[in-house]
Amino acid sequence: MDEQLKTELRKQGIVATTLQELYNWGRKNSLWPLNFGLACCAIEMIAASMARYDMARFGAEVFRPSPRQADLMIVAGTVTKKMAPQVVRLYNQMAEPKYVISMGACAISGGPFKQGYNVLKGIDRYIPVDVYIPGCPPRPEALIDALMALQKLIDHQPLTGADRPRHLRADAPSEFIVPGFGAHDLEPSQNPEVWNAPLVNISLAGTDDAGKH
Amino acid sequence: MTLENIKSEVEAKVPGCALEIVANPSPSGQHSLRIDPAHAVAIAAFMRDAEHLRFDYCSNVTGIDWPGKEISEKVKVKKLVDGVEQEVEEVRKSQTVGHLEVVYHLYSMEKKHGPVILRMRTEDRAEKVHLPSLTSVWQSADFQEREIFDLYGVVFDGHPDLRRILMWDGFKDHPMRKDYVEPDDYEYEPTAHDEVLERARQHRTVMGAQ
Repeated sequence: MDEQLKTELRKQGIVATTLQELYNWGRKNSLWPLNFGLACCAIEMIAASMARYDMARFGAEVFRPSPRQADLMIVAGTVTKKMAPQVVRLYNQMAEPKYVISMGACAISGGPFKQGYNVLKGIDRYIPVDVYIPGCPPRPEALIDALMALQKLIDHQPLTGADRPRHLRADAPSEFIVPGFGAHDLEPSQNPEVWNAPLVNISLAGTDDAGKH
Repeated sequence: MTLENIKSEVEAKVPGCALEIVANPSPSGQHSLRIDPAHAVAIAAFMRDAEHLRFDYCSNVTGIDWPGKEISEKVKVKKLVDGVEQEVEEVRKSQTVGHLEVVYHLYSMEKKHGPVILRMRTEDRAEKVHLPSLTSVWQSADFQEREIFDLYGVVFDGHPDLRRILMWDGFKDHPMRKDYVEPDDYEYEPTAHDEVLERARQHRTVMGAQ
């Protein structure tokens, strides 16, 4: 429907909308995060939910202590290899539709602890991540920005067609491999369905252009 | 109360024990006392209970890995060179076994002195890695000895609950040992560290990409 016609009708007291808009509007304004934090980023997440930054303005203040009731996982902090299976298991237990915000340098890539023997190099090795927030730790404003980015993402999800989101496709997986504790590392060390090591032009390694092909 | 005093006193009170002062040449001058594992519990108990020592607080327990070193020494050997006996210099190489070392930092809350640093060494890094646990003397050593067991592989005899504390139970390696090999889960990373870059490069060669 034409946007201009819609606003004209709105002035006359007639609301015209689509099912998709209504459906996405409802979901994006009621994201219930899972109540768990892993490290110092969690402190910023708590600050974002409290009075000063007030995540309640975005409908995301209801932190649920059970994965069954949550639809947003904020991975806030360093994911150790010992903790990674539990994080994936919590994600698997969440009901669709579900989203993941990877908060802070550690949850994105391992951050300052990337070379550590017990640090997972990014939670996106095991579960699909919707929004990444850089920072060490990111400020509450950054988390709110990520939440708004996620709301925009939800707002544009079509209900039908090939681009419809995972929870509307019967064949799409909603559970992912939970890594096991191996003798030297997690097994598997990544889920190839979700993540593959980025291809790098090694002749340019060490220069700023190395990520380009 | 100097380290020499403590040493002679302990030697007098704990029969048969062998102590050695390890000098620290740095400006801090924190010298330490190496004790022999066989008498460690008796020495520790004495240092905790002796009236004027009273080391009642063990603030820190940590580990050190001393890998075996290759020592090359020049030896003069008599040899037949072209049918004539000559003295020839030869380089002989030998390998030391290396140790695992455990360090205890002791303070006295009661007497307000310290720290006194105790060290203990295992015989080697592979099989004879047993040391007596001092948890029976200082409760605070419990978790830290578990951590050393986890990360260095020192086995503490007499520890009440010797399990891994940071890594998972099925983990086989000891990550803080100098010869620890990390699992190959490298990806590209923009880094200023040549060492990391070199390993990423090796990883790529192994994986066969470009």
